[in-house]
Amino acid sequence: MKKDIILCGVGGQGILSIATIIGQAATEAGLYLKQAEVHGMSQRGGDVQSNLRLSTEPIYSDLIPKGKVDLIVSMEPMEALRYLPYLAADGVVVTNSKNFVNIPNYPDATAIEAELKALPHAVLLDIEDLAQQTHNPKGANMVLLGKVAAHLGILSADQLRNAVARIFQRKGEAVVESNLKAFDLGLNA
Amino acid sequence: MEKRLLLGDEAIALGAIHAGLSGVYAYPGTPSTEITEFIQSNPLALERNIHSRWSTNEKTAMEAALGMSYAGKRALVCMKHVGMNVCADAFVNSAVTGVNGGLVVLAADDPSMHSSQNEQDSRFYGKFAMIPIFEPSNQQEAYDMMSAAFELSESLKLPVLMRVVTRLAHSRAAVEIKEAAAENGLNPDTDRHWVLLPGIARKQYLLLVEKQKDMLKAAEASKYNVLNKITGKKTGIIACGIAYNYVCEAVGPNVPIVKISQYPLPEDKIRELASVCDELIVFEDGQPVVENDIRGLLGANYCVKGRLTGDLPRTGELDPDNVAKALGVAAELSFGTAKNLANRPPQLCNGCGHRDVYTALNKVAAEYPNHRIFGDIGCYTLGALPPFQSLASCVDMGASITMAKGAADAGLFPSIAVIGDSTFTHSGMTGLLDAVNENSNITVVISDNLTTGMTGGQDSAGTNKFEAICLGLGVAPEHVRVVVPLPKNMDEITRIIREEIEYKGVSVIIPRRECMQTLQRHLREKKNK
Repeated sequence: MKKDIILCGVGGQGILSIATIIGQAATEAGLYLKQAEVHGMSQRGGDVQSNLRLSTEPIYSDLIPKGKVDLIVSMEPMEALRYLPYLAADGVVVTNSKNFVNIPNYPDATAIEAELKALPHAVLLDIEDLAQQTHNPKGANMVLLGKVAAHLGILSADQLRNAVARIFQRKGEAVVESNLKAFDLGLNA
Repeated sequence: MEKRLLLGDEAIALGAIHAGLSGVYAYPGTPSTEITEFIQSNPLALERNIHSRWSTNEKTAMEAALGMSYAGKRALVCMKHVGMNVCADAFVNSAVTGVNGGLVVLAADDPSMHSSQNEQDSRFYGKFAMIPIFEPSNQQEAYDMMSAAFELSESLKLPVLMRVVTRLAHSRAAVEIKEAAAENGLNPDTDRHWVLLPGIARKQYLLLVEKQKDMLKAAEASKYNVLNKITGKKTGIIACGIAYNYVCEAVGPNVPIVKISQYPLPEDKIRELASVCDELIVFEDGQPVVENDIRGLLGANYCVKGRLTGDLPRTGELDPDNVAKALGVAAELSFGTAKNLANRPPQLCNGCGHRDVYTALNKVAAEYPNHRIFGDIGCYTLGALPPFQSLASCVDMGASITMAKGAADAGLFPSIAVIGDSTFTHSGMTGLLDAVNENSNITVVISDNLTTGMTGGQDSAGTNKFEAICLGLGVAPEHVRVVVPLPKNMDEITRIIREEIEYKGVSVIIPRRECMQTLQRHLREKKNK
């Protein structure tokens, strides 16, 4: 069994934290993993993405071929569209629905939404709104991770939940609690 | 056996520590930065007091590492590919002196220029200096090869180059960890062959030429170079470094192939594969180094395909898609490019002091229709993009000052340079001395954010020393001006820029305010204390 995932968003939205947590859960579950990240100049306000591959068998390429991605996880709706050529026929898109507009030629938001909804398997969720409910606006990425849990397959929601707790452990009980709350909100949304 | 999830860069760092490293010397540069950062915070490295402070540039790093090698200990030098240009003098000559303690030079190439101004291939430098090259195909090899590279370096008494590319440097996978070896003891060389006077250098160069056959023998016997001799297929595959993964992703490992991860090229293995196939196709990330060499090796009548024949793109990195296409197994795509999509280029952070610098420069420069602003390498290169579009050039570390000088020599006025604090100490100081010595009519802006910003906020070598450096180089004290780049100071800043443009000589303006990223980090650290 394998799962090829593209995590994407705008630099600073916290996609690498999502990758770290899935990576932690995958390692604990004894899965093979490769995760290509973006560092450097492209981090600042530009588009960022990470290729994350999980498998029960050894993995060769650090990058996922086009047409083979099982799951696009995006912190921003237009960024989800950027990787469409990578999506497999039965692939799923799970994305934040809130637009991040920091360029003058940002496309029409309703057109982006319509294009996403026209895909066979797309899940849109206002994760920032949900994160506000936990009084933890920085937990939006954990809300998204919770939503992803239902579509990941290769790892269970409990395995991911445990990894969230483990990763935030060193930041104290309160931080763990608020991130788990965000995760559960996404999971049950 | 312990397994750890490591970036390629981190695997290199841990591999070096476990190989008995005594010092890493480096200047930050994507995609190599994380190697030194890992060593700076690794518990064993701290316990052993392994040297890991940043160097001022790649040349000082290379020379210091050579000094540590002279003293008998194992040293590592890390840089991005263009850093090889900066340290080339020391690097090439270190092959002539030879080494005492093991010396490994790590070059992280950036094909596709994700964060660079060119895609030069560091394997050329290895060939040029006539030393062995390692090119790992995955994180495990990156870790294992550090021990192998240090051992080879000490057995051949030569520096060894390890070359990685962005996709390995910045990709994570599980790595099996070995026991850490002890460091070498202090054992300074006593031989005079390090003194490269012509008489000695000629002997040393001959020795280097004689070592080529030992290097070839090592490459032929290397467990990292693997021939899979399968007969009955038309096309044989040569796959270098990370390209091996893309080939296996496309067609699996049971194909006629030579996997190459150690150079010089294992010629026997390549000839053997060629003898059972009608043609070879070469997959290598970067420039067509091996493709060219194999053409020479097999002669004009043997068909060798690759980037030069158009079977693979001539520029840009390899990926699973262009490799699959070249092998005739490209996948059908289910979805095309999205309709509602726009480019989202990187930007200067909100509140960044460089923004205020460009706002002020643009305001004053608008009064001088013939002005040019020469840029340099750093976050502030983004001043070339909207909304500022201030820069006329960005070439290499330090070129802002010297290009402004040359243009001023030609009669351009006003000729302005913008350079960051870390770039200035890396390669700007010598150019400023040239300008001072000729009293060139230039205005130099050292935009000081107290850090090496673009690579993530590493210490900057000149922090708190810039006024002293400029005065020491001979800039007139009344033309070294310090300002705080904030919107509320805009009137003062524009006035000072105008005054210094009007001054017929070298002036330096230092806008100084901490980088927003490091400021936030420092505030967080304070809060968590």
